Amino acid sequence: MFYQHAKISKISEENPRVKTFILDCDLKTEPGQFLMLWIPESGERPMSIAGANPLTLSIANVGKVSASIHSKKVGDRIFFRGPLGKPFTFQSSYKRIVLVGGGYGVAPLRFLASAAAKKKISVKLIMGAKTKGELMASPDKKICETIITTDDGSEGQKGFTTDALTNLLADNSSTPDAVYACGPELMMKKVAEICKQNKIPCQVSLERIMKCGIGLCGSCSVDGKLCCCEGPVFTGDEALGVKEFGSPQKK
Amino acid sequence: MPSLETNLGKLLKLKNPLILASGINDSNAASLIRGAKDGAGAVTSKSCNVKGRKGHDPPVLISNEHYILNAMGLPNPGAEKMRDELALAVKECAKLGVPVIASVFGESAEEFAEAAQIVAEAKPALIEADISCPNTMNKTFFSDKPESVSAVTRAMKNATKIPISVKLAPNVPSLSLLAKAAEDAGADCITAINTMPGMAIDPIARRPILTNKVGGMSGPALKPISLRCVYEISRAVKIPIIGTGGIITGSDAAEMLVAGASAVGVGSAFYYRRNSFKLIAEELEKVMKENGCSKISDLRFQE
Repeated sequence: MFYQHAKISKISEENPRVKTFILDCDLKTEPGQFLMLWIPESGERPMSIAGANPLTLSIANVGKVSASIHSKKVGDRIFFRGPLGKPFTFQSSYKRIVLVGGGYGVAPLRFLASAAAKKKISVKLIMGAKTKGELMASPDKKICETIITTDDGSEGQKGFTTDALTNLLADNSSTPDAVYACGPELMMKKVAEICKQNKIPCQVSLERIMKCGIGLCGSCSVDGKLCCCEGPVFTGDEALGVKEFGSPQKK
Repeated sequence: MPSLETNLGKLLKLKNPLILASGINDSNAASLIRGAKDGAGAVTSKSCNVKGRKGHDPPVLISNEHYILNAMGLPNPGAEKMRDELALAVKECAKLGVPVIASVFGESAEEFAEAAQIVAEAKPALIEADISCPNTMNKTFFSDKPESVSAVTRAMKNATKIPISVKLAPNVPSLSLLAKAAEDAGADCITAINTMPGMAIDPIARRPILTNKVGGMSGPALKPISLRCVYEISRAVKIPIIGTGGIITGSDAAEMLVAGASAVGVGSAFYYRRNSFKLIAEELEKVMKENGCSKISDLRFQE
C-alpha cells in the first residue's frame, strides 16, 4: 500500500476560500512538513499539515484537487502519503519566537505555535491578510498572542505583517530568539531580510510545484536545491541565497 | 589504492564511472551543476523534444523500499530552452571535469534528429536518444524493432557530429539484436536500460494510482533485469555501455561493471540515499580493494 487513507470527521470554514478538514487519524509529523494528498478522481497535490493529533489540513480552494476536497463531506475518504520534507526546527535554548503568516500560510504556523507552546516557548503570531474576510482563524490565547494585520485595515492593524514585525523588533526588551514565516514569497523575503538586518535566525517555508515529493523529479528545484526533501523549510540565509526567492518562476 | 577514473570507450574521460541518469533532477543548469558538484562522473539532462511536453498530471510517482514506479510523461520545456540550460551546464561542469550528456526524444526519427541538432549547439559530450520511455502511449517508443532502432540512430548520426548513445528498453525480445542494430547504424554507445513497464493499484480506492494508469519501474527491484540486459548487450556489441537500472550501492555499481558496462547510471538511488554519488564511489572503491582490481576496466567478467 502506497497511500494511507482516512475519513473526514469534521469540516470548518476558515473563510470563503479556506476550509479546515479534521481527519479520523493521527500522523507522526512535525510542523512544516507536508503530505501528498490524493483525491483519486482528481489528482495529487502537496498540502501543508495544519495539525497532527488528529491529522488536520487547511486547504485553500485554488485548483482542481483543492476544489475536489472542498466538495467532500464528513465521512468521505481521502488518501495521502507522507509526512514529507524537513520541518521547522527549534533550538533548546529558545524562550520566545515570532511567527509571521500571510494568507493560508498561517495554517502550518498554528501547528508550529502549538508545538512551541508545549515546549514552554512563548509565541507571538503575526497573522495577515488583504482584508478581514480572508483572515484565517486565530489560535487559542493559551497557545500564543496573535497580532492581526490587514492591508485595508478592516481588522487589526492596517498594513502588512512585515510592518508589524518591524515594530515588534523595535522593542529591544523582548527580542525573539527566532522568527518563522510562511505565506506569500515576497512577504517571506521581506521577513528574511528584516531578520538578517536584526541578526535574528529565521526560517521560511517555500512553496513550489512538487510532483514526486521525494527528491527525484526535480520539479520543485530552486537553484539546484529540492524543496520537497531539502525543504520546504529553509533558513532565511539559504532562501536569500536563492536567485528567484521572492519571485517564484512559473514552470 | 584502486582508481575510479575511467573512459567510456574512446568517447569520454570520466573521473568516476557514475553518471546521473536522465530524468532525475536534471531539468535545468543548476540541477546538472549540482549533480556534478555532488560527485557525478558525468551528468545527463532530462529528455527533451523539439516542442516540449507538459507531462502527466500527478500522481506521477510512488515509491517503496523495493521499487519506484513513475509516469512523469517526459515533461520538458522544449529543445531550445533545454539547449540554453545545457550550454550553461556544459560551461560550469567543464570546470569540475564533468562531461554533460544531453537526452532527446521525438515522435519520429526526424524529430529525434531535429532535437539532437538543437541541443548539439550547447556542445554536450554525448547525446542520448531516449527511444524507450514507457510512459508516452508508445508515441516515442522505438526500442522494439531493429528497423526503428536503426532509423532513429541513423537520423541522429546524420544530424550531428557529437557521439550518440541509444537508450534501450528491457521489455523486448532479443535485446542483443536491437543493440547490434544501433551499433550497425553508427551508435557510439548504448545506455541500458530504461524503466520496466509496471502498474500500481490502490485496493481501497479501487483504481490505478498513476494518472497515466501504467508507469515505468526503477529502483532496487530493477537490478537483476538491468544486469541481465547489460550482460547480453555487452556480448553482442563492441561499443561501450552505460549500465543503468537499480544501482543503489557500490556493490550494485561493481556488479554492473562486472556484467559488461563501462559506466553506470544512477537515478532512483537518490530516493534511497540522498548522497548517492559519494557513498557509491566510496563503496565501489572498497569492493575494488577487496577483489584486487586497480582500475574500473579490470572489473569486467571475462568468459
